[in-house]
Amino acid sequence: MDLFEYQARDLFEAYGVPVLQGLIADTPEEAEAAAAKIGGVVVVKAQVQVGGRGKAGGVKVAKTVAEARAHAENILGLDIKGHVVKRVMIAQGASIASEFYFSILLDRSNRTFLALCSVEGGMEIEQLAVERPEALAKVAVDAIEGIDLNKALAIAKAGGFNDELAAKVAPVFVSLWNVFKKEDATLVEVNPLVLDESGNILALDGKVTYDDNAEFRHTDREHVSIAKVDPLEAKAKALDLNYVKLDGSVGVIGNGAGLVMSTLDVVAYAGEKHGGVKPANFLDIGGGASAEVMANGLDVILGDEQVKSVFVNVFGGITACDAVANGIVGALNTLGDSASKPLVVRLDGNNVVEGRRILAEYNHPLVTVVETMDEAADKAAELANR
Amino acid sequence: MAIFLDENSKIIVQGMTGAEGMKHTTRMLKGGSNIVGGVNPRKAGETVNVEGKDLPVFGTVAEAMAATGANVSVIFVPPAFAKSALIEAIDAEIPLAVAITEGIPVHDSAEAWQYNLNHGSKTRLIGPNCPGIISPGKSNAGITPWDIAGFGPIGLVSKSGTLTYQMMFELRDIGISTAIGIGGDPVIGTTHIDALAAFEADPETKAIVLIGEIGGDSEEKAAAYIKANVTKPVVAYVAGFTAPEGKTMGHAGAIVSGSAGTAQAKKEAFEAAGVKVGKTPSETAKLMREVYAAL
Repeated sequence: MDLFEYQARDLFEAYGVPVLQGLIADTPEEAEAAAAKIGGVVVVKAQVQVGGRGKAGGVKVAKTVAEARAHAENILGLDIKGHVVKRVMIAQGASIASEFYFSILLDRSNRTFLALCSVEGGMEIEQLAVERPEALAKVAVDAIEGIDLNKALAIAKAGGFNDELAAKVAPVFVSLWNVFKKEDATLVEVNPLVLDESGNILALDGKVTYDDNAEFRHTDREHVSIAKVDPLEAKAKALDLNYVKLDGSVGVIGNGAGLVMSTLDVVAYAGEKHGGVKPANFLDIGGGASAEVMANGLDVILGDEQVKSVFVNVFGGITACDAVANGIVGALNTLGDSASKPLVVRLDGNNVVEGRRILAEYNHPLVTVVETMDEAADKAAELANR
Repeated sequence: MAIFLDENSKIIVQGMTGAEGMKHTTRMLKGGSNIVGGVNPRKAGETVNVEGKDLPVFGTVAEAMAATGANVSVIFVPPAFAKSALIEAIDAEIPLAVAITEGIPVHDSAEAWQYNLNHGSKTRLIGPNCPGIISPGKSNAGITPWDIAGFGPIGLVSKSGTLTYQMMFELRDIGISTAIGIGGDPVIGTTHIDALAAFEADPETKAIVLIGEIGGDSEEKAAAYIKANVTKPVVAYVAGFTAPEGKTMGHAGAIVSGSAGTAQAKKEAFEAAGVKVGKTPSETAKLMREVYAAL
């Protein structure tokens, strides 16, 4: 899960990372009140999870309370690359002397963590990495030892900080490691990390991504999100299904992320022969799906108005094909006469004979059982193009 | 022969007495795997009868190894306890530990990997979040259905479990030497390259199918490795051409991988290394059939 900037700011503060005051506002009135509370120059910042918000007019400096209100009026509701701004953060203004870059992230390629650090901030980090890769230090971080003060100093030196500045930023790096480690993050990024004119180090903007697998260790977290969530994705999430909404018209349901990704590809290829129809979604019912999970999955997909046909593609490993067949039967029974979309089913593997027998016996007019994945994709694409 | 797992493998199951552990211990035994015991500190000393075989339960991996001569552990313990299970296996220096568990926090996997490195990498880790490894007709350590394909000359390595099954199924008339699911998690033990190196050295493997998917740069590295080191024919498949962009990992992620991690980039890397890439699983199997016929 990705945090919004204000959530990252609050988290940093809790871990002793130096940040400026920041208050959230969902209306111009709240923005005005927040600006008055903070006092002085403030920055009104759109809270969206997409880059380039500054260029899109989502970040404005306000010298007065009235100006803060006016900026909030303009920014709230702004569409930044498809993300509509629902919330702004009113941040205390800073007098910036220098800008730096620091992040810690998962380095899957080396199966460890990596600190990225540069004394040169203030530009897009991708640009720096391409144009002056020598200016961006990449330092491997031992997953067990982490970042202590000595390691932090070494990272700062590698990033081009002089001794005096390194001594100032190193304790901040240690605090950011604590955020990374204790919060089970896969990314903690500060851009920019700044030195202000009074000589203080400050984290002015932050990005944090949590590892969803570690949620069980963080049950106290509030799951308040203002991010745009598709209603079908929300429904799927509530049912504990791994679902992503796409733009096409062939609903896809399968078991195992790799097989479902592969199914999307095969449907898209088949669609080339059938009016360019595309997959409507990704839905992985998981390795050991039961009849109930299958029925829930179908329920979500059939609730998508864009779906014209559904392709159920299951290779039974742990999942038994008879459970899948029973799930299909159960879902269609529940739907009764309101079922209207054709289902193309391909089953192979564990208990396939029994699974096919159940569907043959059920003999529902909307269900077509097809032998192979390619033929089934072709049939589903053809039906979606009718 | 086969790789990493064969008829001499003696398997213990960490988490055998749990629901998943029990279910798959039963299935592994049915498929002919030599399961010699289980590990659960709370049930140490008990005996569990599975498929007519009395399996002793030990308190630790080290005790189980001492008593049974086990050289493989399959791990089914839940995510919250998986790191300690892995560390216990590493401490016992078991030659092969296969972590089936899905949903392990990546900090835990990374720590376990580092711990293994610090201990001289005496244990080969496979997974986590994988179907395990099967050498058909010899042994099965994991959850792959044992009867999809029989023994044969094709080595198979895949990130995805169900695509492993699909490909074994497509190639069942030729047969599989070893199929290894390396897992789809960001931090995994055995990689595509480790499997390629072992298949290259295995006299029973004549040709290799490699299955990848979007994310990371394991496939790009494998392509470079094949070009430099693999003489046996390799056919590849990559899933996820039409998959949506994954969660953005901030700016820094793309810099580290040095590649967008897209299916297209991986396909191009394989083709540049002279590896044929199938558009679909069935086309990939067809390519392998052609390659095999020409051997």
